[in-house]
Amino acid sequence: MTVQDAASQTALAELLLAMADDEFVLGFWDSEWTGIAPILEEDVAMSSVSQDEIGHAKALYELLASLSGEDADEIAFGRAPAAYRHAALMNHPRIDWAFSIARRYLYETADAVRLESLAGSSYEPLANLVRKMRREETYHLLHFDLWLRRLTEGGPESRDRLIGALRDLWTDAQAVFAPLDGEEALVAGGIMPDRLETLRKRWLDRVVTRFAELGLPPMPAAPAPAPDGRRLHGIDFAWLHGEFTMVAASEAGASW
Amino acid sequence: MVVRGAPIRAADAADRDAAVWAAIAEVPDPEIPTISLVELGVVRGFAFGGGPGGEVRLTVELLPTFVGCPAVEVMREQVGDRLRELGVADEVIVELSFAEPWTSDRITPAGREALRRGGFAPPPPTGSTFIGDDLLTVLPVTTCPYCASRNTTLENPFGPTLCRAIYHCADCRQPFEAFKAV
Repeated sequence: MTVQDAASQTALAELLLAMADDEFVLGFWDSEWTGIAPILEEDVAMSSVSQDEIGHAKALYELLASLSGEDADEIAFGRAPAAYRHAALMNHPRIDWAFSIARRYLYETADAVRLESLAGSSYEPLANLVRKMRREETYHLLHFDLWLRRLTEGGPESRDRLIGALRDLWTDAQAVFAPLDGEEALVAGGIMPDRLETLRKRWLDRVVTRFAELGLPPMPAAPAPAPDGRRLHGIDFAWLHGEFTMVAASEAGASW
Repeated sequence: MVVRGAPIRAADAADRDAAVWAAIAEVPDPEIPTISLVELGVVRGFAFGGGPGGEVRLTVELLPTFVGCPAVEVMREQVGDRLRELGVADEVIVELSFAEPWTSDRITPAGREALRRGGFAPPPPTGSTFIGDDLLTVLPVTTCPYCASRNTTLENPFGPTLCRAIYHCADCRQPFEAFKAV
């Protein structure tokens, strides 16, 4: 199908940008573990996962570029920090291993719920890409579920650090499901089979159940995310933005 | 050999298609050169068509093994170069497509053997690794490509490239890589 009405086109661009920026920004943060993860296997794993995420971002930026007539690299590297649309969960630096694992777990579970739903999108290019991405994301989900268990059962220090990080990130994690401008049009046209708030509840159910299974304490009540959950970024992201645009900015228009 | 401008007879078209498949089959995977792109199953198909100026245009569709596989651009170039060399079309376009997901089940039997010869355990069928609601998992044990032992352990589900996992064989004491089921 082609997306005809202007409202749906604008909203679809917002959706693609949100997903791409989530993957892109998290891919950059976690690529920082390359060489300094706690064990060699994790150097490899975090690098591989980050490479997957940046690859997913690239495919999503290209899909967006094909709709808008822009250049995918320009979308990825040419925007000012305020124009990025990743969720607040991705605003934080990597901090420590427990923090990075907590964030990955919260993100991977949220992303899995989002992708499960979008695999049924009426917008075929997105549904096709999502079906492919899911096969890869499944490995991430398994890996970070394993780490969640490891840190929970590892000892008082790893458990405390993990719980602290989950609590610190809990509110910002809700923002993966922050409402998008024009969401109603996307749901009406079947481009999004479910509302984001429906997906958030589905995700909460799963995560809360998993935490209970592992004997992790309940998280504080989290209100539904505000519409600006993807618009406010802060100084840590401003620093990362400077890092990941450095090469592109060093010679505008250069071919890679 | 096709005479451009002349109507193509069915037999010629079949020869031409066979020549295209054979040419693509000469292109190795950039990261695992023991296996060809045809054996790897990344070639979804190709079609001959006419360009706007009446030229013969060959369009090839490749399915990336992983969305972020950095080798796809190399594959694309090499397939394009090989087909331009073949000279069956005025213009060759190689497209990447997600129209259907590449899965490790697309690797041909010859391709699985080529992987094993190259020191990579071929992937298990994806059906065997799905549990519950389509959750994929990495098998804890696979067959060592060097000594065929099953006395192996998974060391890391992530390896040196996106599509590979790392195992260790306790019998021949070799670390080795396995192609992931995906």
